[in-house]
Amino acid sequence: MKVAAGKARAPQGPTFARFVRRNAWTLGTYALFLAVMGFTIAIHPDYGPYEVRSLVVGALPLAFCAVAQTCVVLGGGIDLSIGAMMAVANVLAAHYMLGRDFQTSVLIALLVLVGGTAAGGLNGVIALRTRVPDIVVTLAMSFVWGGVALLILPKPGGGAPDKFMELASGNIFTPWLPNGLILLIVIVAIIWIPVRFGRMGLALYAIGSDRTAAFRRGVRVGPTRVFSYALGGFFAACGGLALLMSTGIGSPLAGTIYTLSGVSAIVLGGVSLAGGKGGVTGPIVAAFVLTMVPADLILSGTDPNLGQVIQGCLIVLVVMAGGLAPLLRRRVARIQDEPVMSAG
Amino acid sequence: MSAPAAGMSRGRVTALQNQLRDRPALVLVGVLLFLVLLIGVIRPGTIGATWVGNTILFAAPLGIVAAGQTLVMLTAGIDLSVAAVMTAAAYVAASQSYFGSIRAVLLALAVGLTVGLLNGLGVAVFRVQPLIMTLGTGLVIAGSLLVYSLNVSHQGPPAVPDIVRFVGAGKLLEIVPVSAFLWAAIAIVVIVGLRRTGFGRLIYAVGDNPVACRLAGVRGWLVLLVTYVICGFLSAVAGLVLVGAINAADLSLGDVYLLPSVAAVVIGGTSIYGGNGGYAGSLIGALILTVLSSLFTLLDAPDPLKQILYGAIVVLLAAVYVRTAGDAG
Repeated sequence: MKVAAGKARAPQGPTFARFVRRNAWTLGTYALFLAVMGFTIAIHPDYGPYEVRSLVVGALPLAFCAVAQTCVVLGGGIDLSIGAMMAVANVLAAHYMLGRDFQTSVLIALLVLVGGTAAGGLNGVIALRTRVPDIVVTLAMSFVWGGVALLILPKPGGGAPDKFMELASGNIFTPWLPNGLILLIVIVAIIWIPVRFGRMGLALYAIGSDRTAAFRRGVRVGPTRVFSYALGGFFAACGGLALLMSTGIGSPLAGTIYTLSGVSAIVLGGVSLAGGKGGVTGPIVAAFVLTMVPADLILSGTDPNLGQVIQGCLIVLVVMAGGLAPLLRRRVARIQDEPVMSAG
Repeated sequence: MSAPAAGMSRGRVTALQNQLRDRPALVLVGVLLFLVLLIGVIRPGTIGATWVGNTILFAAPLGIVAAGQTLVMLTAGIDLSVAAVMTAAAYVAASQSYFGSIRAVLLALAVGLTVGLLNGLGVAVFRVQPLIMTLGTGLVIAGSLLVYSLNVSHQGPPAVPDIVRFVGAGKLLEIVPVSAFLWAAIAIVVIVGLRRTGFGRLIYAVGDNPVACRLAGVRGWLVLLVTYVICGFLSAVAGLVLVGAINAADLSLGDVYLLPSVAAVVIGGTSIYGGNGGYAGSLIGALILTVLSSLFTLLDAPDPLKQILYGAIVVLLAAVYVRTAGDAG
């Protein structure tokens, strides 16, 4: 029986090892999340539903922002205007939802999502048609969308009905599971799973890993790029709405910091900036880590003003460690190769 | 009879197109002259020696930071920490002026060199993508500066050192800004250095084909490291010139220079993928962007609208450049 079990396990062994090797970075992110969570509970013994809720509500905009950036980066692009698009969605919703009932608010939210998709698609079309590098186009578009947000709402204001805010901060089942988390998982699952396992997702990963090869295999590169930007715009709009749910107010400048934090989250979450590698769960978990770390440090008595420094150091150190691993592996490989080369 | 004429004119158009493709800088000068002309038409009497002097004065910080950004982009990188370095250098100089101008300026430059060294180490040695590395250092610098400002404020209000004010805002004969000389000196060193020195060629080479460079025995990491250090240094200089011109330091002084520093380089025809371009274009790019914002100021457009137009025109100019130069970047 032991032998049979061994035989049955034998083919699984390498598969499991391969799974770990392929997803090492993402698994590392989960481990980091668990470690930070453990640390949080250690320094904060009465960790309860309230803390979970504020963590989820605080991390929700960044999580959506990270998913948005992931969609674009997987297709080989980058969108530095995601923060500004979040701001547009945020002020649009806050401006029109003020004093409306719940149904109207949801309708407005849906319209904002359509608008966000269109805005993201516009970024993609401009990058595609002008052939200007993505970084430049989206950096310039971040000015444009930032200006649009300021046009809609020159200074912080607006609001949303309480019931709409409940979508993030309330809970249906248990206080330990805030609606925000369910909202995040449901929206990402509804949109991402069909994409990931459908033709479009395959095309997305293909153009991200090698655009020329994808083109030669008959992938429609242009439409796929626009699609990845439109998807990014959709999730950016989700992020803007989440921002409204967490702050209860529209602010034309609140979104801007999310562009950079979003890029940090996807890098921490194991998405390659070169494109074609990674998924959405890593960045989402990374968004929670990035939200928790500064809060923890403040709780443990560090100067709160150091928050930005810590976030920056975290990104740089994590990425440096990630860069060091292949470097060492290469060096080992070279040392092993050398005797063979000299013999030949 | 009309057919050959049409053919000839088409030939001439093609020749013109070829000419433009060979010398994209001509297009840039054309755009610059057009914008200046536009200002002259909208507000007759504005254009004069004083106006030119002021424009150069405002363009100098952007031009200097764009020099560093050009070098980095030629190596197929990007430096997103330039704005934070500018702010940090300016603020450090202002807060340390109490201890003497020399010390203040040296400390400010040291900030730039340190950040450049950090960026260079990350990008060249640890192979971190430049975007991420400089993003991270930018965050670290901005955060550190915040902490520094809270701990240093009791030594008296920040005051810009006299020598910095002279370089940033001083004018010879009431017309020629002093910063123009500094800018010109940097421009000559960068342009000649890129064209005539071995290091300049290595910058292009590393940006164009790092593998070939390695096979040819180039120590690519050293080239990258030095390039990022130069960029950090030039950003600090730009920050000093800026704080001298404005004569007041705050914690978001340089923020507005992030997009323009990238935009000036891209408009100026340096490929973001490396190995192609030069500083002459970025210089004109910086002037175009400065004239553009003074045009907006003249039109008295509301701020959000200004921002939208600015972004749109940057994309448009970059697109025009890509079309005329026939280079996908």
